[in-house]
Amino acid sequence: MKDINEDIAWAKINTDVLRSLESPRKLYWVIVFGALAVFSVAVGCEVYQYNMGMGVANMDNPHVWGLYIATFIFWIGMSHSGTLLSAILHLMHADWRKPIYRFAEAMTTFSLMTAGLFVMVHLGRLWQFYYSLPYPNDRSLWPNFQSPLLWDAMAIFTYLSSSVIFLFVGMIPDLAICRDHLHAGWRKKLYTVLALGWEGTDRQWRNFRVTYLTIACFLIPLAVSVHSIVASDFAMSQQPGWHVTSFPPYFVAGALYSGCAAIITLFIILRYTFKFEEYMTLAILKKTVRLTFAIAMVWTYLNAVEFASVWYSHDIASKEVLIQKATGPYAIAWWGMIFCGSVVPLILAFKRFQTNIPVLLVTSLLLNLGMWLERWMIVAPTFSHGIYPWTWDHDQWPSWVQWGMVFGSFGWFTLLFMVFCKVFPSVSMYEVKEMVYHRTLASKKLEDSGMQESGKGAH
Amino acid sequence: MSVTNLLENWAEFRHTHPVDDVPHDPYKWAMSIDMDTCTGCNACSVACYAENNLPVVGKDRYEHGQAMHWMRIERYWPEDGREFPDQGAQFLPMMCQQCEAAPCETVCPVGATNHTADGLNSQAYNRCIGSRYCSANCPFKVRYFNWYDYPTTENVWPAEMTMQLNPDITLRGKGVMEKCTFCVQRIRAGERSVKNEGRILRDGEVQTACQQVCPTNAITFGNLVDPDSRVHQQWKAQRVELTVDEQEKDKEEGGSDLRGYRILEELRPYPSVMYLERVRESAI
Repeated sequence: MKDINEDIAWAKINTDVLRSLESPRKLYWVIVFGALAVFSVAVGCEVYQYNMGMGVANMDNPHVWGLYIATFIFWIGMSHSGTLLSAILHLMHADWRKPIYRFAEAMTTFSLMTAGLFVMVHLGRLWQFYYSLPYPNDRSLWPNFQSPLLWDAMAIFTYLSSSVIFLFVGMIPDLAICRDHLHAGWRKKLYTVLALGWEGTDRQWRNFRVTYLTIACFLIPLAVSVHSIVASDFAMSQQPGWHVTSFPPYFVAGALYSGCAAIITLFIILRYTFKFEEYMTLAILKKTVRLTFAIAMVWTYLNAVEFASVWYSHDIASKEVLIQKATGPYAIAWWGMIFCGSVVPLILAFKRFQTNIPVLLVTSLLLNLGMWLERWMIVAPTFSHGIYPWTWDHDQWPSWVQWGMVFGSFGWFTLLFMVFCKVFPSVSMYEVKEMVYHRTLASKKLEDSGMQESGKGAH
Repeated sequence: MSVTNLLENWAEFRHTHPVDDVPHDPYKWAMSIDMDTCTGCNACSVACYAENNLPVVGKDRYEHGQAMHWMRIERYWPEDGREFPDQGAQFLPMMCQQCEAAPCETVCPVGATNHTADGLNSQAYNRCIGSRYCSANCPFKVRYFNWYDYPTTENVWPAEMTMQLNPDITLRGKGVMEKCTFCVQRIRAGERSVKNEGRILRDGEVQTACQQVCPTNAITFGNLVDPDSRVHQQWKAQRVELTVDEQEKDKEEGGSDLRGYRILEELRPYPSVMYLERVRESAI
């Protein structure tokens, strides 16, 4: 099974991808308006919470963190796969990434933007959020550089701005194609501006390659650091269940895991709505699925490491929290996490299912459900069974406001993502052309050498 | 703050901010609470509500765990096979322990909670953005968040009831964190009044609200660096040191006659509150 059909003409690639900017299937509009409706739920919840105070989210003392922080970690995690596909695999010369990295990179940007929203809605005084930024002021008031939350704000902002630049730079040659092919209108003006006068000269290509590679190299450590720092929010604290040394790698693995699962979901949706069957081929899907399976096993291993290190430590409080997770009020969610995160991915090991689209759609959604539960199970149980006994008899359950906001964030993400895919080419045209070209060359070479081999044999 | 501060010892800088402050000179405010004399009457908690303008949140909010009691009386029931009423509860008054190495201070993203030179863990309401990280990292869970806008939309103090509010204290709106301050308004007022006389505060001149109302004198508050203060003498008698994480009491083999201990000392927050262990049988 070939990753891509080597006979596709370059002109056909252009037409096929540009068509996605014009006429998607009807399902596209269903998704967009559905997402808008879902997002408006979150807006409603936020307006209510903003006016009334955080109490309507049904948090209490000591349960001061809830689904907002859990979902924040979830979205930050989601953003990692884009960098994995576009930067890490780029450096590793895995060219099968080429038809799918653009949307993965867009996913990075939009999930970071969604995560940013959760930082905001979590704040008790949202209108004062800028206090956490190191801006110059005449009282020399600075944020607290010791706080992992501040590192968080900085890491996320750096990662977001870098990934926007990466997304944009990688898109320049394609924007020029759009500029040259579309009829006059606001879009043409937009592409003209964004293409930065790209003409495809040798010099431009050379500079482009260098820039792209540089940003890719810059982005990889950022991706690792951003989730390690999110992990530090917990690992740097003193609370049982959070104060775990292995959290940073555990978080990064979890992030790549949920990101890859999301790529499978979006792969399937995009492939259908924008009729990308020829580019997003089953062979590529299969490779993504195998990658996801590998990461799922890494995550499972790190999970086991965490449990073991807590279990065999002498820290009674941490051990109690672990027991509470498995048997207490959160038991359903915790076992759900184990099932969805470690058992469900075993399906991906079977070749028969690696290209089965309905099965993969359901599986990838379940994997992300598991990963969302994981984040919740990191955040919440520590509060209900903390180190201090007074916290033990306080049960707490998130209110509809919290659930509404979590639900609505998926609408916001989908909305941004779908609008992006309609306005910008979600398959990289120039890279697909490259891929087709290189593949053709490679098979030709193989044929030639094969002939020589056989020729030698004849002598 | 400057880059120089960052490169030098930042923790030191936090502790002595603003620049000319010297830690614990001439004051280090501390407390000791005798659990033997505490009867769990809750007068301290009520006094705290009155002194610090704490909102009474009502039954529903209380059930949701959104109460604002800076000073709370915890009840513990020993597992000795007896049931109430044969067995009485053991009471533990719990408030901010004003830790010397407070876990809440380091994690606040905006530096809204800081250490003062006289050993208080201060909370700047105006600076707080409500990330609630301090509460998440507090081992004692003694920080209380304003889940609603109690003074306005919740109408906690309707009409004339505002007349009973303490004018020395601000009202806190929604979205800020608050906690026991060791009645810092009383400390500051006391300091100002003795400044004219050119001396420092003597023991007993400043009392916290909870200490003032305690019918059994279970709460002692004062200046730990003043050798004449009652709190200093109590700490000394119990051989409890502020700057160590294991006291004499824990070191002695086979039990000790000493009663003084600090809660969760092993986490090394170095609390400023010493508790005196209960030695008598339960009240009932």
